[in-house]
Amino acid sequence: MARMDELDLPERLFLKGYPFKRFAPRPNDPVTTTMTPLRKPLAECTVALATTAGLSLPGQPPFDKTIKMGDSSFREIPSYVSLESLEMNHRSWAFDYRGVMRDRNLALPLDRLREMQKRGEIGAIAPHHYSFMGSIVGPAKLIKASAPEVARRLVADSVDVVLLTPF
Amino acid sequence: MCHQSVGLIQRAIEYAGITTVSISLLREITEKIRPPRALFVPRPLGYPLGEPDNPNVQTRIMRAAFALLPRTDVPVLENF
Repeated sequence: MARMDELDLPERLFLKGYPFKRFAPRPNDPVTTTMTPLRKPLAECTVALATTAGLSLPGQPPFDKTIKMGDSSFREIPSYVSLESLEMNHRSWAFDYRGVMRDRNLALPLDRLREMQKRGEIGAIAPHHYSFMGSIVGPAKLIKASAPEVARRLVADSVDVVLLTPF
Repeated sequence: MCHQSVGLIQRAIEYAGITTVSISLLREITEKIRPPRALFVPRPLGYPLGEPDNPNVQTRIMRAAFALLPRTDVPVLENF
């Protein structure tokens, strides 16, 4: 189990001092508090995945680990991708990558979605999925630009449900 | 930080009119970020879907996460 007291000291101290409150929901800001109810059964929903594992396609530019506040860009991953081909670039020092290097489904469980669709548990798999890099210390750009852009693209693909995984 | 980024992306997607659920490996951080729906999975960082090459566990975690989708009493943070 991941608990704060199991993290390395520098990571723990950083998280302890980090101003999470700055990005907590605010009652007067609908972006932070909006709730979208599920409008139909999951078996009729189009499902997309999003992760902060820093996965990218071989042809895509890798994430930039040198940006001090974190690289807030994203990579679009088509649903037909073969998961083993995805490359990983991440800079968090808190993570054990051995699992995801063995099985990308830990971050982007596309194989599981394919099985669930075959069994009729979900309606359809969205044509595109999204990968961000973790370790975004300064999330202003993420909030203003990349997250809303990904949201627009998901809407354009008529996605009903998104499952997100942290890395 | 990963959990904050996930929460911020999740909120933007939910705001755009799409129902979302995320997996959390750090309950304490997710409690601060308060995304609409999250499933706390008691696994180490790097293992949100449980175990590599274990489709059964991965599917069980996904089903538990999807089971939170109908919830409207947000923020929801349930244990796997």
